[in-house]
Amino acid sequence: MTPFARHALSLTAIALASLSLTACGKKEAPPTAGNEVIITIGHAAPLTGPQAHLGKDNENGAVMAIDELNSRGMSIDGKKVKFVLVSEDDQADPKAGTTVAQKFVDKKVNGVIGHLNSGTTIPASRIYSEAGIPQISGSATNPTYTQQGFKTTFRVFANDIHQGQALAQFATKSLKAKTIAIVDDRTAYGQGLADEFKKAAEAAGAKVVAQEFTTDKATDFKAILTKIKASNPDVLFFSAMDAQGGPALKQARELGLKATFLIGDGGCTPEFIKLAGNAADGQYCSLPGVPLEKMPGGTVFKDKYQKRYNQQIQLYAPYVYDAVMVMADAMQRANSAEPAKFLLEVGKSQYQGVTAKVVFDAKGDLAAPAVSIYQDKGGNWSYVETVDAAAAAK
Amino acid sequence: MKMTARFLARLSRHPNDNRVHWLAWALLGLLLAALPWLVASGFGNTWLRILNFALLYVMLALGLNIVVGFAGLLDMGYIAFYAVGAYLWALLASPQFGLHWPLWAILPLGAGLAGLFGVLLGAPTLKLRGDYLAIVTLGFGEIIRIFLNNLNAPVNITNGPQGISAIDPVHIGSLSLARPIDLGFVQVPSLVSYYYLFLIAALVIIGIALRLERSRVGRAWAAIREDEVAAKACGINTRNVKLLAFAMGATFGGVAGGLFAGFQQFVSPESFGLLESVMVLCMVVLGGMGHIPGVIFGALLLTVLPEFFRHIAGPVQQSLFGTVLIDPENLRMLLFGLSLVLVMRYRPSGLWPSPQRRREIEDVQRADAPADVPVSPM
Amino acid sequence: MDIFLQQIINGLVLGSIYALVALGYTMVYGILGLINFAHGEVVMIGALVSYSVMMVLVPSGLPPVLLALISVLVAAPVCMALAWAIERYAYRPLRHAPKLTPLISAIGVSILLQNMAMMIWGRGYHAFPDILPAIHFDIGGAQITLLQTVTIGLAALTMGILAWMIQRTSLGQAMRATAESPAIAELMGIPVNRIITLTFVIGAALAALAGLMVGANYSVAHYYMGFMLGLKAFTAAVLGGIGNITGAMLGGLLLGLIESLGAGYIEDLTGGFLGSNYQDIFAFLVLIGVLVFRPGGLMGERVSERA
Repeated sequence: MTPFARHALSLTAIALASLSLTACGKKEAPPTAGNEVIITIGHAAPLTGPQAHLGKDNENGAVMAIDELNSRGMSIDGKKVKFVLVSEDDQADPKAGTTVAQKFVDKKVNGVIGHLNSGTTIPASRIYSEAGIPQISGSATNPTYTQQGFKTTFRVFANDIHQGQALAQFATKSLKAKTIAIVDDRTAYGQGLADEFKKAAEAAGAKVVAQEFTTDKATDFKAILTKIKASNPDVLFFSAMDAQGGPALKQARELGLKATFLIGDGGCTPEFIKLAGNAADGQYCSLPGVPLEKMPGGTVFKDKYQKRYNQQIQLYAPYVYDAVMVMADAMQRANSAEPAKFLLEVGKSQYQGVTAKVVFDAKGDLAAPAVSIYQDKGGNWSYVETVDAAAAAK
Repeated sequence: MKMTARFLARLSRHPNDNRVHWLAWALLGLLLAALPWLVASGFGNTWLRILNFALLYVMLALGLNIVVGFAGLLDMGYIAFYAVGAYLWALLASPQFGLHWPLWAILPLGAGLAGLFGVLLGAPTLKLRGDYLAIVTLGFGEIIRIFLNNLNAPVNITNGPQGISAIDPVHIGSLSLARPIDLGFVQVPSLVSYYYLFLIAALVIIGIALRLERSRVGRAWAAIREDEVAAKACGINTRNVKLLAFAMGATFGGVAGGLFAGFQQFVSPESFGLLESVMVLCMVVLGGMGHIPGVIFGALLLTVLPEFFRHIAGPVQQSLFGTVLIDPENLRMLLFGLSLVLVMRYRPSGLWPSPQRRREIEDVQRADAPADVPVSPM
Repeated sequence: MDIFLQQIINGLVLGSIYALVALGYTMVYGILGLINFAHGEVVMIGALVSYSVMMVLVPSGLPPVLLALISVLVAAPVCMALAWAIERYAYRPLRHAPKLTPLISAIGVSILLQNMAMMIWGRGYHAFPDILPAIHFDIGGAQITLLQTVTIGLAALTMGILAWMIQRTSLGQAMRATAESPAIAELMGIPVNRIITLTFVIGAALAALAGLMVGANYSVAHYYMGFMLGLKAFTAAVLGGIGNITGAMLGGLLLGLIESLGAGYIEDLTGGFLGSNYQDIFAFLVLIGVLVFRPGGLMGERVSERA
């Protein structure tokens, strides 16, 4: 047992040494730089792993909003303020999500934008709620997020219920689909949207003739598409992200499946068209809000984004941009960046964003979410119509 | 600090061994008890949360160590047992079925169920060796995950990919660990009380693992690991002993899973993917397979290391080059991969192997003969 | 009927790709007893390099077939060099280390390659260009494209050449001898280290070809694509009997067929109880079933006494 005692002793020594070392090296972040007040905004999204491109897009949106706020020069309570973005990688992993959340709380961020996935947003929201830090997500669509009874959860995006119902309304009314096939990727996003779509489509009298499943890592969809082809549906609703939707559409056409292809916001990206190639022509997707072109400041945002990052907007950047702006607006109205003080103002927002007019309901969801339908015409998503999701829900 | 270390080292060589022994225990106990407070005040609650996860991984790594380290059976689906424990907690203590069972009922049940799954996995794979076993266990892990991901229809059991939220926190009577506990003279924050709970669980598991290693069964496992045919010839019931290894290992995983669900208050299938199994396996091998202190060290290291890289990747570049050249997130995983390769290259038997095992490996390397020249079976 | 035939075609194409990747696993395993976990990432690098080469050459107006040919001629040496480096620096120093050590090292290499690829090619998905004109053939109501025909044909041809090489050439003989016993092969004057390196390099060339085929058939390439593919191919190799070349081909084709028929018919087979969401379970169950009754895999010798 002596070796154990020695190990125990040396372990204690090492632990104490390293603790004292780092504790000394720790510096307190200065709350003010010069005579400016620093306001820290936390942003969390997966920056590594399969969804990293979307995470980076979110981060870009947040960075643009922060830069714009700083160049505009805001003052709160008579003092000039400077916004600083702290961006963290939550790896789309719930566990890492809570670690990141705790980090934000430790850093005493004034507010949090994110996370990207519902799976990380929900466990993290508990930590923000306990710390009283307002959280606005621009992309987590699971209804549960705002239904947990927390006062700190907000979302500037239509949730699965709204979007599923709007898509179903479009499929049954505008496309006059009688028979529908559904594919879902068994992620929280794909399954949630597919279930709401199915319910609403069946309520509207359409028949779901095939329901198939894939994964968010799949590249080969031929087996399930072949099966769907046998049931010959009018519309194929593909409830997954662009990375699966694009190749799936292309493979569907190779197999001679002729159904109209419909995909949710996860596929409403330039990436989708790039991946599907010519097969994307004439197919539909949906995106919450009203098109950027129709919104005041929308086109400016789009051009600025493309110029700055030398690429097209992937997906959620404008919503994340709006989320930051809504938060800053609430701080302005509360005349304070104290979470406890401006939290109440977030709920009272009447902010004209680039994606929608942001007005929250009692839970923190958009009060009047609209969902727009787009169609690919010659390699670009062009606007078709806007479905009033709140009305579709009734 | 160096002086303290030297003092402690001298102390440990003191002839009156018994006294030193007790002193070491007392010091270690004091350190473990004080650790959450020190960490929280020195580094912030983030690191305390990481420490809590590290303790969960210590339990997992020790469980897997029984299967891989003691019995020499390569299990790549170990996380399935963690999932079983976590989901059992989630189902019995959440609004999902409206059940709110207490800790002392769910945890043993979770351990038992996980153990049962361990036997279920073990039984058909008894004949398989090495890499065949690896792929079958990997498949088993995926099967469990796929079921958890899809059992929301036709009857909603696991709530599918959405996961189960609003799970009850760990509570003992009316005392909930999710809220600060007022002891009169001091307020114990939630993260600290979870730390103590996890620490107690981890210590119990360490105790069991130490006892097992030296028990009859432990020696039988070692015999099977070294040479199964010889072990069988010596009268060891290899079937039962192997099944016991699977069951014991799984039990630890089940306990850790239950605690995880109570701590996180949210479970979803994405927490139990193959990469998690691989991660726990890395902890066992990197630390020093079969050597309990090594495995604990491996678990602590691999939980802390990625977070450590997360903290330094950006600032270090900033101070070296004046700008961030490589995306810190990218660099973090890059460094992690690189350190796995380098550790294995320079410490092939792990960072802290048991002295006996290290000697064996050094002997083999000195002889410069292939370690496992396959002896043709026919 | 045409649906069934279509599923067979889908499965054969997928299976050919699995088989090509599985060969890389099985050859290395046969010689070293090592699961080269990084092999899937080599496939990924192959696909992304081919993609880049084609993107650079598209403006030149060369016919797509030629583009594909050039791209694979570039991708193959890149992958081969990569495999050489992996073997030299991550595996060779560990050859006498405990069995699990190289496995962890391989996992490390895999993470490393993935993140390097992410730095080079970015986080996005890349749309693979069409390398062959979209010509369909009609077989009994099912459709097979020219690309699919070529994929199956090319995979069969490559595997044929490989089998011939291993059975008939002196290099193949040396490989088999090394697999049997490295120590004795060394005594017989076989340069064991060079043979092992060659095995890795040949596997990598096949991986490059497989990468191109995945990209072309499913029209997408991404830095994360190697992981799942590698796992499936490894499963195929084990199914066939790991270490056995014919087994890897058989295992690959079989797994492809199981997956596509499983996805297509699991619902009918279970009376609607299980849907295509359980297709991966189906593949693993077959695998477990095979291994329980034939612990050495389909074509493997009975190696159950070998630890």
